[in-house]
Amino acid sequence: MFVDTVIEDKALHKPVFLFYLSITVLAIFFAFNFTNTIFGEFLSPVIGVPEESGLFGRFVVSFVLSTIFVLNLLLISFTRLKIQILIVWLELFLLFLAFAYSFDLKLSFIQSRIGLMISKGLFTTIYISAVSIVIATAIAIVGAIAKLSNNGFAYAIATFYTSLFRGLPLLLQVYLIYKGLPQLGFMVDAIPSGITALSLCYGAYMTEIFRAGIQSIPKGQWEASRALGFKFGLILRKIILPQAIPIIVPPTGNQFIAMLKDSSLVSVLGIWELMYLAKTLGQRDFRHMEMLLTAAMIYWGLTIILEMIQARIEKKYQQKT
Amino acid sequence: MMENNANTKDSPIISLKGVSKWYEDFQALKNIDLEIKLKEKIVICGPSGSGKSTLIRCLNRLEAHQEGLIKVSGIELHERMHDVDVVRQDIGMVFQNFNLFPHLTVLENCMAGPNWVRGIDKDEARDRAIKMLEQVKIPEQADKYPDQLSGGQQQRVAIARSLCMQPKVMLFDEPTSALDPEMVSEVLDTMIELAKSGMTMICVTHEMGFAKQVADRIVFMADGEIVEQNTPEEFFNNPQNERTKLFLDQILE
Repeated sequence: MFVDTVIEDKALHKPVFLFYLSITVLAIFFAFNFTNTIFGEFLSPVIGVPEESGLFGRFVVSFVLSTIFVLNLLLISFTRLKIQILIVWLELFLLFLAFAYSFDLKLSFIQSRIGLMISKGLFTTIYISAVSIVIATAIAIVGAIAKLSNNGFAYAIATFYTSLFRGLPLLLQVYLIYKGLPQLGFMVDAIPSGITALSLCYGAYMTEIFRAGIQSIPKGQWEASRALGFKFGLILRKIILPQAIPIIVPPTGNQFIAMLKDSSLVSVLGIWELMYLAKTLGQRDFRHMEMLLTAAMIYWGLTIILEMIQARIEKKYQQKT
Repeated sequence: MMENNANTKDSPIISLKGVSKWYEDFQALKNIDLEIKLKEKIVICGPSGSGKSTLIRCLNRLEAHQEGLIKVSGIELHERMHDVDVVRQDIGMVFQNFNLFPHLTVLENCMAGPNWVRGIDKDEARDRAIKMLEQVKIPEQADKYPDQLSGGQQQRVAIARSLCMQPKVMLFDEPTSALDPEMVSEVLDTMIELAKSGMTMICVTHEMGFAKQVADRIVFMADGEIVEQNTPEEFFNNPQNERTKLFLDQILE
């Protein structure tokens, strides 16, 4: 990205902006009314019993909160960019933890179940996603070539396929494949039909990514290859795809990350993947939040790892070209 | 019979008879007749939009013609031919924008053709590539990628890449038009040396100095037609057609 070489004044360092920002934040905190929360209790020496403090208490609480908020912003704005990013990340993460903490979680319950969630749930989720992404990639290559060909059958089949599978909700596809195939005489287990649904759906999206990637390679590359007497398959394999892959990788990485989470939809088939376990393990003991938050953290952690891998792959391709 | 004809010394290696081409309603080539003999050097010139690039691109069928007959070493080019790639392997082409393969090194660019479609093993292809890179005077760049080279160097690699296929004919489609002025001469020098080595060359170019020095014949095109063709001497000193005179006035100032 191009970063402009002119440094503009920070908005936060302009008194007028700071004033309006404070007023706005104050109004928002006032409107949401945090008097009956932990903040009210904390300020009880000033406002007395929070429930009885009325408008005065509400104002004091929101005033203190908004002051802390704006001061925090102001202080962060004086640090270097990297530190800013770190602090904001930390603060948001702490807020998220506070949100989780507010549910009065029973950690021992999580501890006793997390083993199963990881050994069974996480494993199944990764297994389903990985197999699906491989099949989807294969479909996408074939689909993209079909869409670029001038063979009527190939083009028609490919466009019909992408239109249909991009046009239906994934959950609906999961049901249609699981319940529909047996009626046609194919008995399929839950996991294969889940993988089928994910592969077909993401194959359709990735077909478009691959097609666009292939099309982004200049026409001159085809012409030079043709002029040397190369045939279509050779050109695609040795000239076009190697150049298209760096363009295809980032959006494909996104698709993989998205698929990892959409694999939760196959939980409706009773597959013991992360989402299914998160729903069912907490049910008997009415400890839903524990399991859901655990699953959330596992999904999130997995995504962060994948993002880091994606960044590394992108970097590798950037160096090469 | 045909094949034999093509191989005898004075019969044309490329011949066009009544070739016409349309882009939708626009007629880009009008009834072109042209014969090119082995070892002949032809320069095609003319104002932009006169169809000279279209013509040269028809010779290895990067473009399709709709009427008339094009024959290359005795093989007719048409839309149902199965062996177009065999013909193309014998015709080198150099493009205005080089069109090197950016993901391959200079050496790999030159080895690709012989190794992938001529069935020559890697070592031999490498030897040949190095020899050709020496001929265009950039053997030291062999392991670099195209975008690390200057425009002039890239175009010389493109010429070497074509030569590695050991073509019978070389087509040049405005090879110096995309170059910075100071790099034009290094590419022209390479082409002049190639001409001296006896290569059959068909060049679309505005470089009239090159044309004077190298061409056996200059073909002048305008509006999709061949207006005039002659030896360089006659062409520059004694142009026949009004459009040729006008063009020469403009280009020579």
